[in-house]
Amino acid sequence: MIRVVLPAHLRTLAHVDGEVKLHVEGQVTQRAVLDALEARYPTLRGTIRDHVTHQRRAFVRVFACEQDLSHEPPDTPLPEAVAMGVEPLLIVGAMAGG
Amino acid sequence: MGGVRVLVGTRKGAFVLTADAKRERWDINGPHFAGWEIYHLKGSPADPNRLYASQSSGWFGQLIPRSNDGGKTWEPVGNKFVYEGVTGTHQWYDGTPHPWEFARVWHLEPSLTDPDTVYAGVEDAALFRSIDGGQTWQELPGLRGHGSAPSWQPGAGGMCLHTIVLDPSLPGRIFIAISAAGVFRSDDAGKTWRPMNRGLRSEGIPDPNAEVGHCVHRIAMHRSRPGVLFMQKHWDVMRSDDAGESWREVSGNLPSDFGFPIDVHAHEPDTIYVVPIKSDSEHYVSEGKLRVYRSRTGGHEWEALTNGLPQSHCYVNVLRDAMAVDALDPCGVYFGTTGGQVYASADAGDSWAPIVRDLPSVVSVEVQTLP
Repeated sequence: MIRVVLPAHLRTLAHVDGEVKLHVEGQVTQRAVLDALEARYPTLRGTIRDHVTHQRRAFVRVFACEQDLSHEPPDTPLPEAVAMGVEPLLIVGAMAGG
Repeated sequence: MGGVRVLVGTRKGAFVLTADAKRERWDINGPHFAGWEIYHLKGSPADPNRLYASQSSGWFGQLIPRSNDGGKTWEPVGNKFVYEGVTGTHQWYDGTPHPWEFARVWHLEPSLTDPDTVYAGVEDAALFRSIDGGQTWQELPGLRGHGSAPSWQPGAGGMCLHTIVLDPSLPGRIFIAISAAGVFRSDDAGKTWRPMNRGLRSEGIPDPNAEVGHCVHRIAMHRSRPGVLFMQKHWDVMRSDDAGESWREVSGNLPSDFGFPIDVHAHEPDTIYVVPIKSDSEHYVSEGKLRVYRSRTGGHEWEALTNGLPQSHCYVNVLRDAMAVDALDPCGVYFGTTGGQVYASADAGDSWAPIVRDLPSVVSVEVQTLP
């Protein structure tokens, strides 16, 4: 299972506490994880990435294994520790806005 | 006995304030959507329990929550706002073409007759409509397709479609206003649009007959007399007696004719309210005094309403959607400030009292008169 940590506002929106655990078919990439996340929680559509272009929203960042993966292409495989469920994928609201 | 429900949108959440018809004791409920910007929330005239809200943040974008129980509970509905067809460009601040980009919903205007139909005015300026209770949204592309659109420019707050007025006597007639393009009217339910800015004069626009480019802040109508419109422009308070075909200034003896909100008394179509502020560079009331101005003559002659409002050391503003009236008798008038106060008058503005003093900065105030 893939572990995903959402920022507080999106946990509230999705009515979840703590980590989200997702089953992802095939290669574990940012796109695959976000597809699975949005399929489970449709209210999150449009809040992390654009509805149509799937471009990441500017003030949403993606981290895992102490790496900033925000600028990685969406189809790049995520670190093995994420794919194995050892480490979570962190979706983070950027520190912005004062 | 009926009462009122005041819907308050703030920079950090929404609040629902309720009272009976005396409007003396208030129940304050909120924050809903804590931490999110609530540009606007409004109830359906056809079903007062049906409310829509614009919930947004710079981080997570746009959401549209809907309530079916008068604001006790909410559920998110559709938040997919996609411009129809070729996106096109408008003018950027430096005069260069800039592609239309959706930023947020500024204003939600439910249909006068159908609780499932609601209009959304958005930034960058466009008009969307939902006919399924907010689940899906379709642009009415005729507005953005108007020939003048490539020359529209954003105001300081962005290029927002912030005002939507539905004509109760002509179901296909819609007025909208855009900063800083001006007023447009459709007579065919949003298919085609005409600019309605004749008579507006704006410093900085060299052509006095410019079709677009005016920074209209808000327009208001009394439902018994839909051919008469009142406008608070960037500077100038204006009036039209021919459904927007032409405008004339009615600023009269106002101490400043800069401001954002304007509204009309529920039972007296010639009684109007504004809250002048000092200037476009000093977005607060003059002389440290919070004064609502009322005209009982449809403009020109204004009186300051101060009873119960702070008259020293007050430096707040009242934003364009942050004033509303109820339909009780006497008419209640409400407004919220950038300082987080919501004031109410149960006697048409003669006296005021705060409902609540320390909310986040208030962006919008709407009122529902309950049966």
